[in-house]
Amino acid sequence: MSVIILLIIFSVIVATAFLIAFIWAVRSGQFDDTKSPSVRMLFDEEPTEKDKNNQSKE
Amino acid sequence: MGKITSEEKKKTAKEIICFHCGDHCREDHVIFEEKDFCCNGCKTVYEILKDNDLCNYYDLENSPGISLKSKDFGDRYNFLDNSEIQEQILDFKDGNTAKVNFYIPVIHCSSCIWLLENLYKLKEGIRYSRVNFTRKEVYIDFNPHEISLKEVVMTLSTIGYEPFISLEQEEKKTRKSINRNLIIKIGVAGFSFGNIMLLSFPEYFGFEGIDDVLIRKFILWLNVLLSLPVVFYCSTDYFKSAFSGLKQKYINIDLPISLGIITLFLVSLIHVIFNLGPGYFDSLAGLLFFLLIGRWVQNKTYEGLSFERDYRSYFPLAVNRLENEKEEAVPVKNLKKSDIIRVRNGEIIPADSILLSKEANIDYSFVTGESDAVQKNKDDLIYAGGRQAGTSVLLKVQKPVSQSYLTQLWNNEAFKKEENSEFESLVNRISKYFTIFVLLIALAGLSIWLTIDINKAWFVFTAVLIVACPCALSLSTPFTLGNSMNVFGRNHFYLKNTLVIEKLTHITHIVFDKTGTLTENYAGSITFEGKPLNKKESAWVTGLAANSTHPLSRKLIKQQEGLSELSMLEINNYREIRGKGIQGEVDGHQVKIGSLQFMNGEGSEKEGANAYLSIDGEVRGTFRINNVYRKNIRGLIRNLANRYKFSVLSGDHEGEKEALEKIFPDSTSMFFSQKPEDKLKYINTLQEKGEDVLMLGDGLNDAGALVKSNTGIAVTEDITSFTPASDAILDADRLSDLDRFLRFSETSRNIIYLSFVISFLYNIIGMSFAVFGKLTPIVAAILMPASSISVVFFATFAVNTMAKIRKLI
Repeated sequence: MSVIILLIIFSVIVATAFLIAFIWAVRSGQFDDTKSPSVRMLFDEEPTEKDKNNQSKE
Repeated sequence: MGKITSEEKKKTAKEIICFHCGDHCREDHVIFEEKDFCCNGCKTVYEILKDNDLCNYYDLENSPGISLKSKDFGDRYNFLDNSEIQEQILDFKDGNTAKVNFYIPVIHCSSCIWLLENLYKLKEGIRYSRVNFTRKEVYIDFNPHEISLKEVVMTLSTIGYEPFISLEQEEKKTRKSINRNLIIKIGVAGFSFGNIMLLSFPEYFGFEGIDDVLIRKFILWLNVLLSLPVVFYCSTDYFKSAFSGLKQKYINIDLPISLGIITLFLVSLIHVIFNLGPGYFDSLAGLLFFLLIGRWVQNKTYEGLSFERDYRSYFPLAVNRLENEKEEAVPVKNLKKSDIIRVRNGEIIPADSILLSKEANIDYSFVTGESDAVQKNKDDLIYAGGRQAGTSVLLKVQKPVSQSYLTQLWNNEAFKKEENSEFESLVNRISKYFTIFVLLIALAGLSIWLTIDINKAWFVFTAVLIVACPCALSLSTPFTLGNSMNVFGRNHFYLKNTLVIEKLTHITHIVFDKTGTLTENYAGSITFEGKPLNKKESAWVTGLAANSTHPLSRKLIKQQEGLSELSMLEINNYREIRGKGIQGEVDGHQVKIGSLQFMNGEGSEKEGANAYLSIDGEVRGTFRINNVYRKNIRGLIRNLANRYKFSVLSGDHEGEKEALEKIFPDSTSMFFSQKPEDKLKYINTLQEKGEDVLMLGDGLNDAGALVKSNTGIAVTEDITSFTPASDAILDADRLSDLDRFLRFSETSRNIIYLSFVISFLYNIIGMSFAVFGKLTPIVAAILMPASSISVVFFATFAVNTMAKIRKLI
């Protein structure tokens, strides 16, 4: 039956690792601003002058 | 670059909206590249962005820009060249790298984020910029050798994102860390809660494997281990608060919570050590998890707003000092007696000083509540806080900033009182009785069981304490008030904290300030009374007024702005006589605007007139500045009249008494020419009579009264601009909804009462289990989270439904 104990120990270790990751994420400020990252990822790489000219020609 | 074609005036009835800022455009607005702009400022920003290939800004949102009307920076930021000031503002500076964090109140949409993060394309030298939307801050990394701090600020300002520069930043940083700690605590509690629950499943269902003593012991001790951070880390705030309450001989809601946590933990520990059962670790962790979430909901604050500002954040940071014929920007706090300073148009006078220039027009409306600008002459003493209108003036400082007439108000004891010292919140009042009641029941259970079964007596005693832990009770308030605060926020009524909602329900007397609160700032329209003027004649008047910087003239021109070409009229023999008026020849006619004496004794005196007009020696009539009352004030007062008493305090003269009497009921007390201290004293007298006072004000002159009153609401036309310290900030446009807000705060209180009833029901069920000795860990594990969740659900649901019914969301 000791295999269950082993499994529980492993699972708790994994869970603790996630907890530590969470604490690190909070400490490093990832939860300070929840709005701008969600918008930022949608910004396109800016079309340069060239791209714009190409588009208008097409 | 295209040519501005302001001649092409569109005369469509449809409303034209500015391409940049979304404001409505006048008929004579600017048209550039077939796009409409409300003013040249907006057009300039568009040009800047277009030249730098940043027009993506306009694709992300419609009209995202910030209006640049009436913005003129001039030399305003010269003080940023002062290295002492730079040091205080910059976060970091070393060689080629400087880092700075600016608070920019106008950040409001995704376009703002995009533009501010593309600053590097706009100005050489800026390497990197990043926006924190929630805090409305932008972090900029730049090379000080290529671009100066002043240039960075100027760049931001010219595209409409003027940073708010303050030297007091320490307070912000502590708030941030508190918020983070709470989130970590929630995470830890949730982690323990989930794992303990999972490990307790075999116990709940009585699995076969539990017969194995080793596994059982292992699981139980693991539970103990997992509960340690919950007790010794997550609950520390509750222990601290309960302990400090006890020290002041005062029972608050955190005392029964702390008692519950400690009993739960100790009893469970004893169960595990003496092999009596699995303990209540899951209930313990779940309890803390929900409590902390409740705290988080309640702690939501408007980080972009500041409720604590005093005169220091109203005053400029730096001022131009003249020394050895050289002008240099120095920090305001370094000003000494007999320094000579230059104050430009629109700047605030930082210290009590004597005027060295010939004349000055000082607008004190924000400081004293007088709506008319005051004309000062050479050698007059000018108090700090006034705003100069017109040309720049030289002043000789009489007192350092901290000792000026205005700042002395802050020495009043009202500003030193501890926050919330006298106000006892509903939940704390109830918890006092609750704690005593629970202890009595526990003791009664103990003494009864002692006669029946001694072994079970202690179990019953602890079970009552465990189950009676007022988790549902302490959750109903944060969730109800937190959600209500959200509802208010959506209606542009921003509260400092949730306690304000409860305070609002106690109000008996409402005190209004007049200038800026009941009336609109700067909006006073001018009416002309007398023989009507024809078109030509009014053009002469505007043309003459265009030559003067007197506030009345400026208002006159502002009102006539559509007729801009009129100012081109040639004026001959223009003369401005200080304190009297202006005169000149237009189209061969002698036009005079000014006081009655200035009219050479002609005409008769009229009450309330601000200026007289004569054309060719004939007095034609008078100009009068009207106070414009905010829309629907009358309706608001009518709605409030049967529930509250009113007072009006005005720093202004009695001229408006008649108009006010029409708005307010007869019983209203009105006081005029009130100094800031008078207002504070008046609030005090009301409170001594046992009234609970709500004060509405806008300016520094109301600051004392706002702090002294039971609840102080600062009314402002621009949420991002300076407001004095207060409990709440209200958008002036929503002032007429005040009655609905007050009613809704009462609704919130009723919802809290209802949730109390629900949580008492749970407590009665739980305690009957406990008293009869039937509170097994599994019953506790079901009952406690169930009560918490249902109370949270009820509070949230009820507030949102009521808000919808009241049309507040």
